[in-house]
Amino acid sequence: MSISKIKFDKKIVLSFWIILIALIIAAPTLLPVFRLNLLGRYLSLSIVALGVDLIWGYTGLLSLGQGIFFALGGYCAAMYLQITSSSEFPNNIPEFFALYGVEKLPFFWEPFRSPVFTFFAIWVIPALVAGLIGFLVFRNRIKGVYFSILTQASLLVFFNFFNGQQKLINGTNGLKTDVTQLLGQMVGSESMQRIFFWITAILVIAAWFFAKWVVKGRFGNILIGIRDDEPRVRFTGYNPVIFKTIIFSIAGGLAGISGALYTVQSGIVSPQFMTVPFSIEMVIWVAVGGRGTLLGAILGAVFINYAKSLVSEALPASWMFIQGGLFILVVTALPEGVLGWIQGDGPRNLLQRFGLKRKIETYPSLEINNKEGNNE
Amino acid sequence: MELLLDSLFNGVAIGSVLLVAALGLAIVFGLMGVINLAHGELMMLGAYTTYVTQLIFKLPILKPFYNSYIIVSIFFAFIVSGVVGILLEKTIIRKLYGSPLETLLATWGVSLILQQFVRSVPLAYGTGLVISLLIALFLPTVFPSKIKESINYKYFKFSSWIFAALTGVLTGSLISSSVSKISRASARNVDVTAPSWMRGQVEILGTAFPKTRLMIIVITLISVIAITLFLNQSAWGMRIRAVTQNRQMSDCLGISTEKVDIITFGIGSGLAGVAGVAVSLLGSVGPNVGGNYIVGCFMVVVLGGVGNLLGTVIASFGIGIMTDLIGAGRLLSIWPDMPLPLSNTINFFATTSMARVMIFALIVIFLQFKPTGLFPQKGRMVEN
Repeated sequence: MSISKIKFDKKIVLSFWIILIALIIAAPTLLPVFRLNLLGRYLSLSIVALGVDLIWGYTGLLSLGQGIFFALGGYCAAMYLQITSSSEFPNNIPEFFALYGVEKLPFFWEPFRSPVFTFFAIWVIPALVAGLIGFLVFRNRIKGVYFSILTQASLLVFFNFFNGQQKLINGTNGLKTDVTQLLGQMVGSESMQRIFFWITAILVIAAWFFAKWVVKGRFGNILIGIRDDEPRVRFTGYNPVIFKTIIFSIAGGLAGISGALYTVQSGIVSPQFMTVPFSIEMVIWVAVGGRGTLLGAILGAVFINYAKSLVSEALPASWMFIQGGLFILVVTALPEGVLGWIQGDGPRNLLQRFGLKRKIETYPSLEINNKEGNNE
Repeated sequence: MELLLDSLFNGVAIGSVLLVAALGLAIVFGLMGVINLAHGELMMLGAYTTYVTQLIFKLPILKPFYNSYIIVSIFFAFIVSGVVGILLEKTIIRKLYGSPLETLLATWGVSLILQQFVRSVPLAYGTGLVISLLIALFLPTVFPSKIKESINYKYFKFSSWIFAALTGVLTGSLISSSVSKISRASARNVDVTAPSWMRGQVEILGTAFPKTRLMIIVITLISVIAITLFLNQSAWGMRIRAVTQNRQMSDCLGISTEKVDIITFGIGSGLAGVAGVAVSLLGSVGPNVGGNYIVGCFMVVVLGGVGNLLGTVIASFGIGIMTDLIGAGRLLSIWPDMPLPLSNTINFFATTSMARVMIFALIVIFLQFKPTGLFPQKGRMVEN
């Protein structure tokens, strides 16, 4: 199946960017604060979706544990905010510690007093954890569904751990950020939220270019090679473990950034970010948008979440049906997602079906060989 | 001695719940390569079937037989979950053979729909729907061949669908009018009360064992024996094994792989229903009840080695005993004066959720050494 990329005129691309930037700058004045905040959150989720697309769409690793890295980034950001604005509480430590009789900041939170450290921790720690988990799994050539199941199990490990540790991280209650201070302002205040929106928008674009750079060139080719035929890549002399570990930790780092941005905009980070459904949802954003297309991942995350909030406001019970239906539909009818369908042969096939466009004859054997057999 | 027996029993009890839940999954995953994330929801359907059966047995006509409802509900649960599973296979999973990741996503969608279905549709009408599905799926198979070959067969088939729908609506409204508890949709958890002969405890060798736990062990034992006999002794079991080993060759030799797929998936789903009965005896039943078990079940299957029932059995009892050892801090009572750092560590993990953390971490470490589980499938392919 050939994916013919649609080439745009330079002028169109330029005007697209100008409109996009104008929209980002103007959004805070156009939208009410509530909607702006929602849009900001969904944009930050699109960064984690980019990561999922890198590992699933390009490398063929379906991770059901991206919530781990998402939440780790969130916890790093939230703890920094809690510590910096804890000067009026006893012992100069966040308020919740007093509830559990903790008098001294646990040692591993000590470095989070520094903003520079936190800035790096938000993406380095999730990336390192992802790299470690990934290396251990990939080293044994665990792949396919086993990888998915193991990532899901690791997700549960982290969830149970974070849920149970009141004394270290406030357990199931999570860490609140909206009443904390940053640079003398409340994080939950309108002006701060506006700034966070802009930061998010810029970071989404930056992450998009970064992901584009990653999948371009030889590195990207190897990733696609691993997705399509890993043994052949190995026999050609490449070590897939290294590439998979690198891409998995890149996805982890992106998830961490995304989690931190989501946390400051939603006002809380809790173990709920590590529940199984949330991590699988991330996959469906990418699947609907179009796996293997970076823009598809971003658009999928934003639009599905937007649809979710609209539907849940109108008919709360029906969202689960719609979401479940989306999973089934996208797998059975639209395996390449909406954007992949548009970029691929989708529109032409549709037009052909109604006799509006001439059929292109191909050798039937080509089509059959492209499909994987059942028993291979 | 008493402590050891107690610990062993607890471990076996936890393990047998895991085993009965993982058994169906092991069959579907091991024999068909399908990742069924809706397995937990099929369990939930089984648990709700137990609840509905219990309420129906409270009706005046069936009151004398009330004590036997749990036995009846095992069969009902098997049938209900099996029918839903067969429908699932016929509509969705059939299109996805050979691509396990796709089945994973699609069945997750199914599980969401089933959860919401239980929340927003009254159980009485849900029962009616299942009954009409049952009739629609099985009525055409009992038609005599004379009808099947006639030209008007499609009309017969159509009328059987109408008959099925009518029966479903009728039973649905009948149940909803006679059992008021399930005539309205609710997201609240419900409770299954064990019949009187299953309450209380049995004393063996001076230790008291709750009867419900023993019942679950018995259910598990029967399921495992039945499924082993079926796979190894019956003709269909042989066909299933043949298709697992080489689908194309079996097809060439005249085995209907389509039927084998349906039967395998139906049995796997039905076992989930039986597991649902066991789960309903342990706690209250809600739409999310299956979700608590699904990851544990997958760990059992992966740890045991895919496609190997013995591995599944050993893995689930192993996990069960380990859970009890860690979660209840048993090592401390066996060896009371161990060094302080060690005992602190054990205390740290001696809660249910932290025991889970420890168990999963141990499994991940174990898979570092044996990536394909305890009893791996032998093969010489690059990919297996």
